[in-house]
Formats: sequence, structure tokens, C-alpha cells
Amino acid sequence: MTLRTQGSGSAPAAAGRDRGRNEAATGRSAAPTPAAERAPTPTAVPAFDPGTVRRQFPIFRAPREKPLLYLDSAATSQKPDAVLEAMNRYYAGYNANIHRGIYEIAERATAAYEDTRRRVARFVHAGSPREIVFTRNSTEAINLVAHAWGRTFLQAGDAIVLTEMEHHSNLVPWQLLAAEKRLELRFIPITGEGELDLETLPRLLGDGRVRLVSVVHISNVLGTVNPVGELVRVAHGAGALVMVDASQSAPHCPVDVQALGCDFMAFTSHKMLGPTGIGVLYGRRALLEAMPPFLGGGEMIREVKLTGSQWNDLPWTFEAGTMPIAEAVGLGAAVEYLEGLGMDAVFAHDRALAAYAMERLLEVPGLKILGPPAERRGGVVAFTLGDIHPHDVATVLDDDGVCVRAGHHCAMPLHEKLGVPASTRASFHCYSLPEEVDALVRGLHRARQVFAR
Amino acid sequence: MSGMEDLYRENILDHYRHPRNRGAIENPDIRYEDANPLCGDKIRMDLNVRDGKIAQVRFSGIGCSISQAAASMLCEAIEGKPLDEVKKISRDDVLEMLGIELGPVRLKCGLLALKTLKAGVYGLTQWPGEDDEAAGPRAERGGESRP
Repeated sequence: MTLRTQGSGSAPAAAGRDRGRNEAATGRSAAPTPAAERAPTPTAVPAFDPGTVRRQFPIFRAPREKPLLYLDSAATSQKPDAVLEAMNRYYAGYNANIHRGIYEIAERATAAYEDTRRRVARFVHAGSPREIVFTRNSTEAINLVAHAWGRTFLQAGDAIVLTEMEHHSNLVPWQLLAAEKRLELRFIPITGEGELDLETLPRLLGDGRVRLVSVVHISNVLGTVNPVGELVRVAHGAGALVMVDASQSAPHCPVDVQALGCDFMAFTSHKMLGPTGIGVLYGRRALLEAMPPFLGGGEMIREVKLTGSQWNDLPWTFEAGTMPIAEAVGLGAAVEYLEGLGMDAVFAHDRALAAYAMERLLEVPGLKILGPPAERRGGVVAFTLGDIHPHDVATVLDDDGVCVRAGHHCAMPLHEKLGVPASTRASFHCYSLPEEVDALVRGLHRARQVFAR
Repeated sequence: MSGMEDLYRENILDHYRHPRNRGAIENPDIRYEDANPLCGDKIRMDLNVRDGKIAQVRFSGIGCSISQAAASMLCEAIEGKPLDEVKKISRDDVLEMLGIELGPVRLKCGLLALKTLKAGVYGLTQWPGEDDEAAGPRAERGGESRP
């Protein structure tokens, strides 16, 4: 397939057409793509050449002493030229604050910022760009919902359902809220294969006290693709809203908030080839409209008097202060780049590599893979290697230039449930190559030799 | 950046494979346990003190080779030593025992045993500092980490 590598950049294309504020709800996509659920078989997906893709990422072209074999994309992804160039074009060509200036470059900056909002809305099939709120990252998006929605609409005795496989970012905000509002937290347990035990749902949701189910779409440790659509149906049937932590799914597979039926979704730019510093909250419009602001300040207001203010319209009421403009421009370019590859193709690529990695890893004596079989997971493979601590594994791998994550990956309760203090994780994105998996396996054999007792 | 040969000197692997003073003391005079939340390393130190000296020391815990080897080396170094001397052991002393350069993340592994030991001998319930320092670049300071 031909890669749409860079193009003219999203930013200047819509210059002079700053319609953000009055734009009607036109972001709806004509044909929602089926969401990544129960891991669809990747058939007839146009493939891209990962070697070609890789050359479009400057970090892999940079000369260095040892090779860069990057298997930590679940922590953060690398950035293609297109993203860096788009951000540079903004800073060098039309750097100005948005939604304020009436001069040309300010209008261009505003248009570029709002263009990303429209692009992101289409990317996840939101009903309107107004349902897309920019935040700092997924964590802030979840905290926004906990504060603005949770503190307003929940009361003592209400319950929130989470799962045992959540990242700390989808645990701690709810723990804080629960302590403040005297809520009950309940947890969907995981099965021996690292999948959600849905048979517990009737018990967890049965008493009608659950107001929210917040669940990770793809686990950052197990790689499990959770059946979010099914969860949404059951949760809605019990009168609960559903928030989806899409930090590991939106960057890797087609995501359709309308097909999933979720009420809120959080994801972050830096895991999807974009810059750090910007994340996304999707929220159903009626819900967002009913919520009070999260942070107060400039831009989020319509009218300010010394003793009180009126809030701005959606989504700007949730975007106080000067937002990460260059980062928004970069995120727009990242989404455009991903769309050029095709999210079906990206997912097929990541999953094929995960399957290859699982096959190769099992050649290493004493290695135990965490999570479900390859056909039911995304591009994440975490494992333990006998009693060799993941830090030691990662250090030996680093010596060969292989970058993996070692530790609990911000999922301590999950590791406790799995009965391991920590694990080593390899994760993939569109630029990952089978050769990197081969180097990983070689390094693991070496780690066994070094730490043989 | 240290290569693997530097990071896993034979003495570290030796202490990792054959830890000294590993175990527990029943009803010890001092018992202190600490963990490194970033990586899940845990160290417990049990100490018996007689006449102002460390009469017996045992450690237990889980973690990487650096954290466990450092604990083993530290135990070996302090058995029989006066408490006052033990209180003076500095982070640089431990790094010298390990004999390697440690990056900011592994530094926490390397110093966990010292942190645990010192909190134990000072009878502290909470470590008063130096933790933040460990996260930054290795400071060029000769002084010990007296609380």
C-alpha cells in the first residue's frame, strides 16, 4: 500500500475558516467501523511495509552507537516526521494564541487547533466535534469526569464498577472520589487467562446502585481486548454510564464511540504517534452539557464579573487557560498519519507481531507469558522469566539496545492478582519489526546465562 | 552509559547468587521493612544489638540483583560494627561497595537496603530525606546522609 506520509499538514489547510464556535454537529461519520472487540480476524487488510514506515521516524534514522530496538510503544510511541514537521510549521510559521487574536496567524492557529478537534472526532466517530475535549493526557481526562461529573451527580451510597486490570489512572481518581463522596468501588475480576469475568456482572450491577462502569479497552499489561460493547449494553441496562480508557486502543485499532455506545472515553496523544502534553476526553454531548467546568480560568468563560461568571459553550468550557496548541497541531498530524496507514492495518500489524513474539518467547526456558492467547489480544506481551527480576532482564536487554518496560506498568493490583511482583513487557506499533522480537529473544537467553543460579 | 559488564560485575552476581546474611531473626531488637514502589523491590532488615554493636543482622526481600546484592554486601559490612559507625555509612559507601555507576532508576534499587538499614538503626518510622536526591543526577557530595 502507498503511505500517505506527510501531505501538506493539517494546520494551514483550514486557515481563515475559523468556524469552531458556531459549527453545527457535522462530525458524524457515514460508516462506523466495527470496534475492536473480541479481536476480529484481520482478513483482507491492506498491509503497509513496516520498514518503509520505520524510515519515516527520525529517531530510527539517527546514527547511534548501538541499534535502537524499541519495544516500549505501550509506554509511549515514537513520532514520525509528519508530526514533528507540523509542530515546527506551527511554531515557525503561525505561532499565536488561539480563540483570541483577530490577526491572520492567530486565525490560522485557531483553525489548526479546531481542525484537530474535527479530525479526532471523525477518528473515533464522535457525533460532533463538540464532544471532543482536549486535556493533558488520559489521566486528566479521567480526572475531569471524576470531578465534573462524579462530584456533581454522585452521592453517598452510589457505586462505581472498575476492573482488576485497570491502570492506576483509572483507579486512583475513583478512589479519591469514593473517599470524598462515600461511594462504593466494585471490581470485575479477571479469569485465569487474564480476561474479564463477565459472569459476575449481574451480581455487581444487580442492586441498581452502580452509576458508572469505567473499564480499560485494551489492557496495558495483558493485552486483553475487553468486550466493551457488551459491557455497555449490560451497564446501560442497569442504569449505569460507561467510561472507556482507550489509552491502548485508540492508538492501535479502529475505535467507534457510537458503535461501542460508551458515554465517556479517554486517550492520549503521545501513545498514538503524537506529542506529549495533550490528551482527549470524548463525552456524550448531553452529559458534557450538564457538567460544571473542571478548571476555571481564561477561555472557559462567556462572561466574567468580579463575583461570578457564565461558562463558555462546549467544549471550550472544559479548556481553561492557553491549551497545548502546538501539541494539538501535532496530534492532528498524527491522526492523519494513522489514517493514512489505516487503523485496521495498524492493528493487524501489531497483533501479528504479538503473535510472533509469543511464539518465539516460549522458546526461552522458564518464560511465562501473562494474559490471553494471541488471537484475543493487542500488541502487548508481558512476561516473567523464572525468578530473574524484570529490572535485571531489562538491563541485559538494554545492553543490546532492546528497550522494554520492566516493573508493574502502573498496574500494581493486577500484578498482585497475577501473583508476580513485576513483569517485563514488550509492546509494538506500526514501525516495529520482527527483527526486534528476534533481538529480544536473543537477549532473554543471555539474561538467563548471566543470572543462572 | 554503563555497559552490561560494568553493571553486573562479578561481585554483584556473586552476592546475588550467594547472598550473605539472608534470612530472619526471631524477635529481633530492630526490624525495619521498606519497599521501592516504582519497581516493587522489598527489603526487610532484622538486627540484634549488643553493647552498642550489631551482633547479628539478617535481610530478606525480593527484587533485582542490584537491590539484593546491595543488601547482602551491606549486611556483611556491618556485622560486628558499632551502631555509630553504621549510622555513618553513606550512599557513596554503598555505591563504592557495588563498584558500578547506576542510572537514576537503578540508584533507587542500589540504595534501598541502606535506606532500610538506616531507618532501622535510627528507629525511624519514616525516612527523612535523600529519596528525592536519588532521583536526580548523582550528587558530588562526600557527606553522609545524616537525617
